[in-house]
Amino acid sequence: MRVEWERLERLLPSVRKPGRYVGGEYNAIVKDWEAAAVRVCLAFPDIYDLGMSNLGLAILYDILNGLPEVLAERAYLPWVDMIAALRRAHIPLYSLESRHPLAEFDILGVSLPYEQLYTNLLEMLDLAGLPLLAAERDARHPLVLAGGHAVFNPEPVADFVDAFVIGDGEEAVVEIVRAYEEVRSAPREAQLRALARIPGVYVPRFYDVRYHSDGLIAGIEPRLPEAALPVRRRLVPVLPPPPTRLIVPNVDVAHNRAEIEIQRGCMRGCRFCHAGMITRPVRERPVEEVLDAVAAILRQTGFEEISLLSLSSSDYTAIGELVAAIDRRFAGTHTSISLPALRADSFSVRLAETIARGRHTGFTFAPEAATERMRRVINKPISTDQMLAVAQEVFERGWRTIKLYFMIGLPGERMEDVAAIADLARRVRGLGRRLHGRRAQVNVSVNTLIPKPHTPFQWVGLESSTTIREKQSLLRRELRGRGLKLDYRDTEATLLEAALARGDRRLGRVVRRAWELGARFDAWDEQFDLGAWLRAFAEAHLDPDFYARRERGEHEIFPWDVISTGVRRRFLWREYRRSQQEETLTHCREECHNCGILATYGDLRSAQWQCPAQYEKRRE
Amino acid sequence: MRLRLTFSKDGPLTYTSHLDLLRVWERSLRRAGVPLAYSQGFNPRPRLQPAAALPLGHTGGAEWLDVWLERPFPVGRFARAVKPVLPAGLTLAQVETVPPKGPALQTLVVAAEYRVEVAGPLDAAHVPDDIERLLAAAELPRERRGKRYDLRPLIEALWLEDEGPERLVLGMRLAARAGATGRPEAVVDSLGLSGHFVRYHRRRLILSGGG
Repeated sequence: MRVEWERLERLLPSVRKPGRYVGGEYNAIVKDWEAAAVRVCLAFPDIYDLGMSNLGLAILYDILNGLPEVLAERAYLPWVDMIAALRRAHIPLYSLESRHPLAEFDILGVSLPYEQLYTNLLEMLDLAGLPLLAAERDARHPLVLAGGHAVFNPEPVADFVDAFVIGDGEEAVVEIVRAYEEVRSAPREAQLRALARIPGVYVPRFYDVRYHSDGLIAGIEPRLPEAALPVRRRLVPVLPPPPTRLIVPNVDVAHNRAEIEIQRGCMRGCRFCHAGMITRPVRERPVEEVLDAVAAILRQTGFEEISLLSLSSSDYTAIGELVAAIDRRFAGTHTSISLPALRADSFSVRLAETIARGRHTGFTFAPEAATERMRRVINKPISTDQMLAVAQEVFERGWRTIKLYFMIGLPGERMEDVAAIADLARRVRGLGRRLHGRRAQVNVSVNTLIPKPHTPFQWVGLESSTTIREKQSLLRRELRGRGLKLDYRDTEATLLEAALARGDRRLGRVVRRAWELGARFDAWDEQFDLGAWLRAFAEAHLDPDFYARRERGEHEIFPWDVISTGVRRRFLWREYRRSQQEETLTHCREECHNCGILATYGDLRSAQWQCPAQYEKRRE
Repeated sequence: MRLRLTFSKDGPLTYTSHLDLLRVWERSLRRAGVPLAYSQGFNPRPRLQPAAALPLGHTGGAEWLDVWLERPFPVGRFARAVKPVLPAGLTLAQVETVPPKGPALQTLVVAAEYRVEVAGPLDAAHVPDDIERLLAAAELPRERRGKRYDLRPLIEALWLEDEGPERLVLGMRLAARAGATGRPEAVVDSLGLSGHFVRYHRRRLILSGGG
């Protein structure tokens, strides 16, 4: 039964930005509910304002609705005022397209791009009136599936999710709905066995995890023949055609623009970078396909801005050609382009100049570390001289604001490396002052390294709060004065993110208890409730530091070992060792370092892959 | 070339604010591929001019928007291009050309007529008397955002359109000039009905010169 408009209408005047709860956007697809064989609700467990720019969900929405017998709708987590209003009115969480309660869908597909969404997932399930635990749901309830970058360690939310889809979802999602059609009237266990046969699908209930008395994992064992160990992530060899009928919001949202993915994967191999390790290899969408898609997107959406998405724009082989072609083809249409993730080189500055068309709002670089030694440690080698030369060029071309991203808490980092951040920022400001006087501005953003699973730093521990605070206060002291601004995150929020990122199954109890104690919207500073989390950890007799801060042994079994990205653990360990030796590695278009991707997925190789044509399997 | 669009706004777009609605129009007109004229500067925006802001949560039956085109374009073709690319809740009723140098649409609006539906359950027996009393009052002092004002001269007309236990429908015509704009919520409140769920629908805008 649909949620009646008349009931909803009475709540909307009392909540903030009610337009995000009513759907009706241009390009939203409303199919005939009764005629659909499989009904999927794609859900993002944070507010509409953030979820609308989630390209992963937009891709799946496009693919699923492209199947005649399938219907896909959307749901987001309402903001706290609407959550309270829905609960008071006993209205369950509903989809935006047809306003059907989430509980009436066959499949609930949840995007989990980052760990601070876990309590929101529970809030969503609860608002939908669904039992939180997968074990307490049966075939009468929707299948709860989850995907996204966070689920490369699915264990902390294994209690709540029926099945995880690891990696690229484009093909897997079609296989899942097909499999579902076969088992729709079967008991839940049989449904999940059918899903477990699909490559890239991880059904946590089919695995047992044993622990040593010290809390370390003793072993992970599949309970059924269908349950693969490890579950190998899905990889699409060729990027499928991009969605062009993007939904155009009727209210303002974050990233209120069109998006097109020009490249997936990154050739650089920065050792801290989760995305770079789990999305290998580089797959480039051909220039012509991008141009045609941009034209179709602009025509079909009316957006005045389009973002060319990739992990490293400057590394797209024909980026110069692409930007010039877009500039030519869409000149006079009042369309602006945004190109995130540019490298600090002269070529990138010229690219930015082309797309800025005189609008110099701010130029962003992410050197990540301020000394050449630390940049070798993280494998993002660039000389300080080059960075200063590029900053000089940026100021010369008319920008007055430069934004610099750094990390602290990197392995092997000394106080002098942190002091160098302030020193570098001041030198950049000096360059700006010579050209723009007191209007030159340098904004410094400093994040703490969260050592992520499946990266060379997975063995490293999160730095202690005391040391992080010392480093932050050093930066606060040193980065004072006109034209300098410092921004950093709270250390406690970092601790939670690290514990959840590196956690095991036992954290399910903690996540649930924290939610019961009121934790939700953990990524929102004003909502984050550290007290609830610490109490939840204490009640479960678990220590967040055990997960977040402990340095791990070379051969320790990690909770995320149940998942394979295709990048070998041996490669990651060698990379970790190389970082300790302060050695860099060339990027993987120059030479193949045998990370494991070609060995694992080589048979899928397509012309879009940017791996070297010949690679040599070197002896380990 | 300057066009005057008459449109209605309801359904899901009821909850789109005035500013966001302008963005919806911009994108709709871009989809339509009509030759929009843009403002100058680093951040050019299509030249659009709404008649009067419709508050969030209100529907509108005949709203106006002026659109500037960079070159002459047939009105019929304009309407045919725009109608199919509008989002749910936005309907284009009429397009006409107006003199490019004529006065701004906002300055022409003098009043607005509303249909106000008060949801039941309610006892409407006293409402006709309350309306009489309101209209007979010499002044109706009220306060809005810390400023005192008199509501009475802003009410040009007020009448009962329909009554029953389930709902009550009021009609009203309120002044809508710069610095003298009557709000239908204030009238509903003065009638002691603000505790109910109320739907506000702006039927039409009245332009100076009887437009």
